[in-house]
Amino acid sequence: MSSSFNESAEHMDVEYVAQLARLHLTPEERTLYQRQLDQILGYVDELKAVDVEGVEPMAHPMPRTNVLRRDECGTRGDREAVLANAPSVRHHQFVVPKIVE
Amino acid sequence: MNYHVTIGLETHIQLKTNSKIFCACANHFGDEPNTNVCPVCLGYPGVMPVLNEEAVHKTIRAGLMIGSRIGAFCKFDRKSYFYPDMPKNYQITQYDRPFCIGGQVEIEVDGRKKIIRVNRIHLEEDVAKNTHAATSSEVDFNRAGTPLMEVVSEPDMETPEEALAYLQALKQIMVYGGISECNLEEGNMRCDVNISLRPDGQEKLGVKAEIKNMNTFKGVFQALQAETRRQESILESGGSVRQETLRFDPDAGVTLPMRSKEYAHDYRYFPEPDLMPVVLDKDVIERWRSELPELPQQRRERFVSQYDLPEYDAAVLTADKHLADYYERAAAGTKNFKAVSNWVMTEVMRVLSEKGWTIEQFPIQADALAELVALADGKVINSNSAKEVFSILLEEPGASPKALVEKRGMAQVSDSSAIDAFVDQVITEQTKSVEDFRNGKQAALQFLVGQIMKLSRGKANPQMAAQALRDKIGSME
Repeated sequence: MSSSFNESAEHMDVEYVAQLARLHLTPEERTLYQRQLDQILGYVDELKAVDVEGVEPMAHPMPRTNVLRRDECGTRGDREAVLANAPSVRHHQFVVPKIVE
Repeated sequence: MNYHVTIGLETHIQLKTNSKIFCACANHFGDEPNTNVCPVCLGYPGVMPVLNEEAVHKTIRAGLMIGSRIGAFCKFDRKSYFYPDMPKNYQITQYDRPFCIGGQVEIEVDGRKKIIRVNRIHLEEDVAKNTHAATSSEVDFNRAGTPLMEVVSEPDMETPEEALAYLQALKQIMVYGGISECNLEEGNMRCDVNISLRPDGQEKLGVKAEIKNMNTFKGVFQALQAETRRQESILESGGSVRQETLRFDPDAGVTLPMRSKEYAHDYRYFPEPDLMPVVLDKDVIERWRSELPELPQQRRERFVSQYDLPEYDAAVLTADKHLADYYERAAAGTKNFKAVSNWVMTEVMRVLSEKGWTIEQFPIQADALAELVALADGKVINSNSAKEVFSILLEEPGASPKALVEKRGMAQVSDSSAIDAFVDQVITEQTKSVEDFRNGKQAALQFLVGQIMKLSRGKANPQMAAQALRDKIGSME
């Protein structure tokens, strides 16, 4: 496993991030995304210039709290419709590559 | 060398709600696979979670029951990871602003009481269930989105016994609070443990190992025993423990490393933008606090003071909330609280254990048991007849004990002239045993009483019969 993600790095470790997201990148893609992501990080770096002394971190841009629903059940979904999107189905379950050896 | 063991537990507890945490699918165990699912709990892109108010209430109630401070400002975060039990590739959980902060659970091991501190309780969504087949795995999303609390303890436990006692106490509190059924067979309670060893006298904690995802108390206990031995032998041979994630193999009785690839994560927590923060009114929290049910410990103490029961009885009866409820319903119908306790602890619990029933499945209603206890306590029937009535009630749960006693003529014979007649007959017939008793053989008296019980078809008052025998034989020349 490569070095862990470092938020303050100027260069993002594209290979590591791709691995976490299970993305397979060609060498060309890696170079391209490296440049693009570094540009984004550079832009985010500009925000560091802002003085945030005494400012509470914001959890959400909308000034609303307590959006809750009552504990009630809705109508049951259609299982066949749900499973129709799966590449592979067995015993009414989604089939995925074997996870444990 | 002697080692000091340090244990901390992360306990996942599924909340008892009607619907899931972020959608209106049923929160119900045991249904056909993928029948309680919708785009939200299936993790479709672009779907919007909406928080279930009851999940919040139950989490805070759990915190109030263990003395947590309730967070003034709570929010949800995304925990990123890649695994088929969560197709949106993140779990919604709480990172730095959980609902409950601090708290404690009291345990007792070998008569010694100890406080186990709780660090926090946060609320998150449970994930789908994987079943592993030969060449592939199957995924059922019914469980995905079940409201799940994570109770994080401080590393305050020092033995597997203490860890077990903590889990039992925690379960008791959650069941008492109506927060979770804590049914282990249904996966309502699952546990990760952290354990480290350090030589006696060393202040600094040793390197810890984590054992993941155990779903039985016995498993936790055995895993901790096995891991203690493993770390001890590493340290004993001069080696050092690696910080790693293990699983417990109950068949082999050993802890084994998990595949590092599977558990190498970089969770990259960040605030969940699809959910608004939760800020609870102090009045609401105080109202919820005022609605808290009695804690197991309080109820145990009350059983001693209100019903005048021994500590032991109180502990047995209050260990299970539903059993304690049953006892209280039965006790309400009688004056002899200790007699009811004896009946529940012996006959009722014996049947529960033989049949594998919970008290809720027990067919004899509490008021019928109370009536039976009153009949036995008032010496209307003797103890053998009482047990017989109990057996009949098991078969005919609706029957009235009083009516049964009348119908079957089981009322105890306490009329002294009737008993005298039986005594005279037995003394005439059993001369050998009478002689033995006169020569000091106490067991002979039991035999003679038995003969009287036989003659009276079980109805004679055995204490009166024994007394009459003693009197009559004692006055014989």
